[in-house]
Amino acid sequence: MTAHEPAVGRDAPPQGGVGVYTQKVGMWVFLVSEVMFFTALIGSYIILRWGTGAQWPEPRTVLAIPITALNTFILICSSVSMVKAYAAATRDDQPGLRKWLVTTVIGGATFVGVQAFEYHHLIEKGFLPSSGLFGSTFYTMTGFHGFHVTCGVISMIWVTIRAFRGKYAGGNYRGVETIGLYWHFVDLVWIILFTIVYLI
Amino acid sequence: MHWWFPSNASSVGGQVDSLFYVILYITGAVFVLVEAALLIFLVRYRRREGRKAEYIEGSTKAEIIWTAIPAVILVSLALFSQPLWSKIKDADRFPPNAARIGVEAKQFEWHFTYPGPDGKLGTDDDFMNIDSLHLVLNRDYVIELTSRDVVHDFFIPAFRIKQDAVPGMKILVWIRPTVAGTYELACAELCGLGHYRMRAVVYVETQQDFDAWLKSEGIAASSPTDSTAQAGKGAS
Amino acid sequence: MTATAHPGAAAHQDDRSFIRKYVFSTDHKVIGIQFLFLSLFFLLVGGLLAMGIRWQLGFPGQPMPLGGWLPQSVAPGGVVAPKTYNSLVTMHGTFMIFFAVMPLLVGVFANYLIPLKIGAPDMAFPRLNMWSFWLMIPSGALMLTSLFVLGGSSAAGWTVYAPLSSTPDYSGVHLGQQLWCVSIVIFGLSSLLGSVNYITTVVNLRAPGMRWFRLPLSVWALFITAVLAILAVPILAGAVIMLLFDQTIGTHFFQPDASGQPLVWQHLFWFFGHPEVYILILPAMGIVSDIIANGARKPIFGYTSMVYAMIGIAFLGFIVWGHHMFQSGMNPTLASSFMVSTIVIAVPSAIKVFNWLGTLWRGSIHFTTPMLNACAFVAMFIIGGLSGIFMASTPVDMYIHGTYFIVAHIHYVLFGGSLFAVFAGIYFWYPKMFGRQMSERWGKVHFVLTFVFYNLTFFPMHILGIGGEMRRIYDPTVYDFLRPLQPINVFITINAFLLGLSQLVFAVNFLGSLFKGEKAERNPWHDTGLEWTTPSPPPHGNFAETPHVYHGPYEYSVPGMAEDYLPVDTPPAPAGAAAGRHA
Repeated sequence: MTAHEPAVGRDAPPQGGVGVYTQKVGMWVFLVSEVMFFTALIGSYIILRWGTGAQWPEPRTVLAIPITALNTFILICSSVSMVKAYAAATRDDQPGLRKWLVTTVIGGATFVGVQAFEYHHLIEKGFLPSSGLFGSTFYTMTGFHGFHVTCGVISMIWVTIRAFRGKYAGGNYRGVETIGLYWHFVDLVWIILFTIVYLI
Repeated sequence: MHWWFPSNASSVGGQVDSLFYVILYITGAVFVLVEAALLIFLVRYRRREGRKAEYIEGSTKAEIIWTAIPAVILVSLALFSQPLWSKIKDADRFPPNAARIGVEAKQFEWHFTYPGPDGKLGTDDDFMNIDSLHLVLNRDYVIELTSRDVVHDFFIPAFRIKQDAVPGMKILVWIRPTVAGTYELACAELCGLGHYRMRAVVYVETQQDFDAWLKSEGIAASSPTDSTAQAGKGAS
Repeated sequence: MTATAHPGAAAHQDDRSFIRKYVFSTDHKVIGIQFLFLSLFFLLVGGLLAMGIRWQLGFPGQPMPLGGWLPQSVAPGGVVAPKTYNSLVTMHGTFMIFFAVMPLLVGVFANYLIPLKIGAPDMAFPRLNMWSFWLMIPSGALMLTSLFVLGGSSAAGWTVYAPLSSTPDYSGVHLGQQLWCVSIVIFGLSSLLGSVNYITTVVNLRAPGMRWFRLPLSVWALFITAVLAILAVPILAGAVIMLLFDQTIGTHFFQPDASGQPLVWQHLFWFFGHPEVYILILPAMGIVSDIIANGARKPIFGYTSMVYAMIGIAFLGFIVWGHHMFQSGMNPTLASSFMVSTIVIAVPSAIKVFNWLGTLWRGSIHFTTPMLNACAFVAMFIIGGLSGIFMASTPVDMYIHGTYFIVAHIHYVLFGGSLFAVFAGIYFWYPKMFGRQMSERWGKVHFVLTFVFYNLTFFPMHILGIGGEMRRIYDPTVYDFLRPLQPINVFITINAFLLGLSQLVFAVNFLGSLFKGEKAERNPWHDTGLEWTTPSPPPHGNFAETPHVYHGPYEYSVPGMAEDYLPVDTPPAPAGAAAGRHA
C-alpha cells in the first residue's frame, strides 16, 4: 500500500464514529441483512406451515433427527472452538489460534458434509424440493443455510492460512473477531432452523 | 366525451364517490394553496440587487402547526373511510338473504354459476354461462369469487367494486345493483397475454326480464324438479 | 493523514495503471461516475420501452415506427403483440426502478458524495465498493438478455405476481422469468455491498467535528436509504429465490394447487416494495434539500425536523406495505390497520414540503438549472403525495387500484420527484465530477421542455384512472367504457414522445460538456459543503489533509459576514471578530 493510497478499511486510523472498528461495523451491518434474508425464508415457512391449515407431515417421519442433532452439536462445538480461537488471538497465543481455527474449519466442514449426506439420503428416499410445501421449505431454508456455512468454511480456511502466516500476531486480531461474528450468526440460524423445522 | 367516473349503478357507489370528492376538495385546496405559496415565494424572493437572504433556521411553532393540522385532517379521513370499507368488504355484515352467484375467473374469461331454481349454489341445478352476468335490480348478491389459475381481479367500474380473485381462495363480494342497464366487467390484475380482453357484460334487469332470460336459456324460473331443464350449460 | 501541506493541490503522485484508475477502480468517485454512465444507459433503455407502451396505447393495433425491425414473433407486421406489450410494461418498470433510478440516486450520489461530504478519503471498504459496481454488469446483462430469449422476457409486471410469474403454462414465459430472477438476486448483492459501505462509512469515517447533526441532509438521506436497503432488499432476494425455485425445481411456495399461497408472494414482495419506494425518494429529498438551501442562500428551514421526518418516513415505511394489497383478498380489518399507518406516513412528507417552502421564504433565490429542477421536484412531489391520499382511503382505492390513477401517482413521485432530483443533482455536481460546467442555457431549455411535456404526459393519467382505465392493458378499446378516453391516450402518447425527444438536449449537453464545457472552478455554486473545498475534480484520496468541521451544513447568508456562505471547515474567527454562529 503506497503512501498516497487513502488509508481506509481495515487500515483506517481509528476515527470518531461509534468506537467500534470499521470491519466490525461492516460485519454487523452485513449480518443484519442476512437476518432479513433468513426472515423472508423462515417467515414464509412459519406462515405456510401454521398459518394456512395445510397438510404437514411430522418432521421426524421424514427427517433423520438423531444424526442431525449430532450435526447440530458439531456446529455448536465449532462455535466454541471459534471463541477459543478468538481468545487465543487476543492473548497473542499464535499456536493456540492456529489450533482452534483448524478445529473450527473441521467442525464446519463436517457439518456441511453430513448435511450433504443427509440430502443424498432424503433424495434417494424420494423426498425432494417438489415434495409438497414441506419439501419446498425444508430444502430452501437448509440449503441456503448450508450455502452460508460453506462460504463460512471457505472464509475460515483463508483466515486460517493467514493465521499460519502470522497475519494476526501482535494484537492484530480484528479479522479473527470479524469472522467469528459471522460464524456465530450462522450457528444461531441453524439452532433456530433445527428447532422449528426438525423438532417441532 | 365522458371523461369522468362512469355513472354509478350500485348501492355503495354513491358513498364511494362522495368520499372521493371529499378527498378531492381537501387535496385540491391544499394543492392550490401550497403550489401558490411555492410560486409566490419563487417570484417574491428571487435574487434582487441589494437584498440579502435572511438567516432563519426554523420555527418550532411552525413545525407544530404544520404537523398537527395535516395529522388531524388525515386521521379524520381515515376514520371517515373505515365505516364504508367495513360495510362493503366485511363478510359478517353482508345481508343474510343475499342471493349467491359463483364467479370463477380464468384465463381469459369469466364463468358465472347461477344457483338455479332451488336458489342454492353448489347443487345439481346450478347452471353456468361464460362472460355474461345477469343481476336483478335492487337485489342483494354475494359473489363467491374464485380463480382457476392465476390472480385476476373482478372490477365493475359502474358499481365501484373491485376484488382480486386468488387461486386457492374463495372470496365473498357483496353487490347490490340499483340502476338497470348494461355494464362491463373488466379484469384488473395482469393475468397473462389475454388479460386485456378478459371482459364480461353485466345486465341489471327487472325480475321479469331476468326470468325471461332464464327462459331463453332453458332454465325454469322457479320451482325445482326437472333436472333436464338444465339445457347444456354445465361447467366446462 | 496523508502527506502534502498544500490543501487543494492535486499534487499526489498517482502511479496506478489506467485499468486500476478508471476501470477496476476502488475510488468512490470513479465508481460513482461508472454508476452514472451505467444508469443513464438504462434510463434510455427504460425510456425506449415506454415509447413502445405509449405507441400501442395511443394507436392500438397500428404498426409502430421502426416496428418492422422487430422479429415477427414479437411484433407481427410491426404491430406490438399482446404478450410483447406485457413484456414492455414489465421491463420498463424493472429497468427504470432497478437499473436507472436506484443506481442514479444511490449508486451515483451515495458513492460520489458521502466520503467527500463527511471529509473521508474514500469509503470504508473500497474493494467491496468496486464489486458493488461490477456486479451490476452481469445483473444488467442478464436482464437485457432476457429480452431476447425464446418465450420472451418476464411479462407479469415488475411486481411479478405469482402464480402467473412462477408458472410457464400460464405466462408463456420460461427462461425470461428465470433470468429476471437471477438478475435481481445479483442486483440485490450489489445493492447490499453498497449499503454496507455507505452505512459503515457514515458511522465511522466522519472527519473530526462532523457530528451527526452537522451532516448535510443529502448524507442523512443516503444513510437512511442504505439502512432501508439493508433491511428490505434481502427480503426481495428471498422472495425472488422462492419464485425461481417454484419455476425451476418444482417447489410450491406460491402454487395453489399444492397448498402454496399466492398472497405470501404479495406480502413478501410488498414488504420489500414499500421501503423500496422510499429508497427511491429519500435520496432525492436529501439532494434537493442541499440544492434548495444553496439556491436560496439560506439555511434549510427546520434542519432537525427534516432529519426526524426522514427517519419517521423510513420507519413508518415498514408498516404500510399492505396498502398495495387492499383488494388482494387480505382480511379487511388487517387492511384497515394498513390504511391508518399509510395515512400517518403522509405527515412527515408534508412536514418536509413545508420546510422546503420555509427555506425559500425570505431567501435570495438564484434560478440556476439545478435550482429549477429542485423546485420542480417540490412542486411535483406535492402532486404525487396528494394523489397518494386517494389510494390510502380503502374504499376509494377499491375503484382506483389497478388503474391509471396509480400509474399517474407512481410517475409523479418517481419522475416528477426522483428524476427531477436526479437532474438537479447531475447539473449541480457535474463540475465537481468532471471539472467542467454544463451549459446553463441548454440546461434551462432542457428543464422547461421536460417540465412541460412531463406534466402534459402524466397529469392526464389521473383522468384516465378516474374514467376507470386499467393498468397493463394492451388495448383499451376492447371496453366500451374506455373508448371515449382514447383521445386522452393519444394526447399522452404524443407528449410522451416529445418528452423523450427533449432528453436529447440533456444528452448532448451532458456528453458535449465533458469535452467542450467551460472549465469549472473549485466552488462554482458557492456551496458550504466539504466537497467544494477540493479541486474539481478531486484527487484520489480527496483531501490533502483531513478536514476539520466547525459548522452546520447550511451556513448561508450568516449575518455580519461578507460572503453569503460559510464552508463547514472554515475555522471560527478569533475572539472579537464576527464569528459563524451555528455549531
